[in-house]
Amino acid sequence: MKEIVVISGKGGTGKTSMVGAFAALAADAVLADCDVDAADLHLIVNPEVKETHDFVGGKRARIIADKCAGCGKCREVCNFDAVSLDGPANGVVEKTYTIDPIACEGCGVCVRFCPVDAIEFKDTVNGQWFISDTRFGPMVHAKLGIAEENSGKLVSLIRKEAKRIANERNSNFLIVDGSPGIGCPVIASISGADLVLAVTEPTMSAHHDLDRVVELTAHFAVPTAICINKFDINPEMAAEIEKTAGQKGLRVLGKIPYDVAVTKAQILAKSIIEYSSNGLKRQIESLWQSTMDMLNTKEST
Amino acid sequence: MSKGFTVAVASGKGGTGKTTIAVNLAHIAAGLGRKVQYLDCDVEEPNGHIFLKPQITGRRAVTVDVPQVDTDKCTGCGECGRICQYSAIVHITGNNVLTFEHLCHSCGGCIRICPVDAIKPRLLAIGEIELGTAGNVGFVHGRLRIGNVRTPSLIKKVKSHIRKGCLAIVDVPPGTSCPVVEAVKGADFVLLVTEPTPFGLNDLKLAVALVRQMGLPFAVAINRYGLGNDEVEKYCKSENIEIILKLPDDRRIAEAYSTGQMVVDALCEYKEQFLGLAHAMAGR
Amino acid sequence: MKIAVTSQGGSLDSQVDPRFGRAAYFVIVDTSTMEFEAIENQNIAASGGAGIGSAKTVIDAGVQAVLTGNCGPNAHKTLTAAGIRLFTCLSGTIAEAIETYKSGKAVEASGPNVKSHSGMDA
Repeated sequence: MKEIVVISGKGGTGKTSMVGAFAALAADAVLADCDVDAADLHLIVNPEVKETHDFVGGKRARIIADKCAGCGKCREVCNFDAVSLDGPANGVVEKTYTIDPIACEGCGVCVRFCPVDAIEFKDTVNGQWFISDTRFGPMVHAKLGIAEENSGKLVSLIRKEAKRIANERNSNFLIVDGSPGIGCPVIASISGADLVLAVTEPTMSAHHDLDRVVELTAHFAVPTAICINKFDINPEMAAEIEKTAGQKGLRVLGKIPYDVAVTKAQILAKSIIEYSSNGLKRQIESLWQSTMDMLNTKEST
Repeated sequence: MSKGFTVAVASGKGGTGKTTIAVNLAHIAAGLGRKVQYLDCDVEEPNGHIFLKPQITGRRAVTVDVPQVDTDKCTGCGECGRICQYSAIVHITGNNVLTFEHLCHSCGGCIRICPVDAIKPRLLAIGEIELGTAGNVGFVHGRLRIGNVRTPSLIKKVKSHIRKGCLAIVDVPPGTSCPVVEAVKGADFVLLVTEPTPFGLNDLKLAVALVRQMGLPFAVAINRYGLGNDEVEKYCKSENIEIILKLPDDRRIAEAYSTGQMVVDALCEYKEQFLGLAHAMAGR
Repeated sequence: MKIAVTSQGGSLDSQVDPRFGRAAYFVIVDTSTMEFEAIENQNIAASGGAGIGSAKTVIDAGVQAVLTGNCGPNAHKTLTAAGIRLFTCLSGTIAEAIETYKSGKAVEASGPNVKSHSGMDA
């Protein structure tokens, strides 16, 4: 079983569209959507949810108004500006303290220092994760709650479950849709992967972002290759990206032209492979073949 | 005109055109004589500088506090390990205390709880901030150190440079989780940028839920208008959401963008739309 | 001597779990009597703290050595600070791993042999 994680650095380069296409091409794959705070893969692969689970990301503090003595110690010790004096009167004080649940980081310091034990500290359900069936195979995905911390914990959980399923079924591939950026969620999605495919586009912004994301994958010693999407928007820039990739010892596994078919397929909730019958389909097939070749010739680390 | 006003340019989906709209708006508004600042809060992948091409006049390292234990003072009570929710400080035995700075959230709990004051804050570098000017636009951006995870802390630092009396345009990272919350917090207005595709609509709904939860006034900008279908427009109408800008799906815009050019400079016919947007911001 | 072995199950016939931080169980064995107890690992779902939490679990169990497959940097740092010897690259059953250790064939780790978060793999 080989795990391939598709990331980009810059958003909007075509990660999810590419993952949808790979799902259609891969014989015997498990899918994982690790872009938990803006998940889109389900719009193409149309999962039928079989299992739903709550995700507890951490804890949250909540002041019990009736117990609050109004001393303000909580506000004094909170490093995250989460505490305000705008709660209702209780029998003892005219205004009590409250904690903004969005600002609360769940550090528990106010809970520890409250002299009257007025603060409750509970596990919070920050989102949900799902195990589903799709026409391409099983899929593990999630929905992180709005404004929640995306620490990578949910991403790690999705990958772990997807791997478990892939191993149980003896699947050939685990294909992971990653998220933009270089932070925790991306780090959690790439470590230990067999191959990271960085999808980029021929723009200065994407080139700049690609440099940072391949520095990240190098930092975590994960084998990395590149795909240049929409390359014909600026072929000179595409060539520059290829040159930089070469200097860093990174292979460009494919150059895909811009094609409005990608959007048309998306509107019909189809993968590019199911929708397109022309050159675009062939090029993505060729990209997938190159990706499989690279995965199969790599020594496992 | 002298009243400060902060506009956060956000989206749920990446690649919809936040930076394009933010930099062009900053450029045009400055041209109208307003005091304008552009603050790039996409600290993981900042790109605004590619278009504004600022002259950098200041650079400073940004740090957060992590714990440092004085083992001579430590009595081995273990309180620090017990209060930490993140396993960033671990009491082994006696005065043998380990710290894991990359797990630390800088809550200060261990520092406060230590009964013998044996724990002091130590500075951990998380990235840098650069300040400069791009013509008449005041420029600020943050750049996170590769491998560091303190995105929201760096974003907060970038925003601390918002000056009074300015039209401050905050370029927000993609998504709907805590970095976005940190960047959007305190804005007077949020401009949600989307594209008229299923992915664009899906993520726009998430972003709308976020700004509504935060209680912030907002409107939508549709970029690449004409590309997909009209579901985004229908959604906005059904939700009574104002569509304040429609930029067409023009390959020439993509081409100009790809070389780091401002749309309004490369394609003058789009100046009008950004002037309209700048005036709309003035009127809020 | 007390040794902790990372395990996929709760008995001496169980297979060694190749991960430390996210191992399913820690089987604590007294090597002279071969008496043992299995501790279910409470750290599996944790993100950054799993290795550390698991290290604390075995430290609290009073072991002098750990036998496992792979061990990441946070766990390695914690175990080392507690003076616990770490042996990696072990496999087979728990009983077999103990035999390997007793016969002097177990490889003592000089550092972590996997990167952080590698145990996220199944």
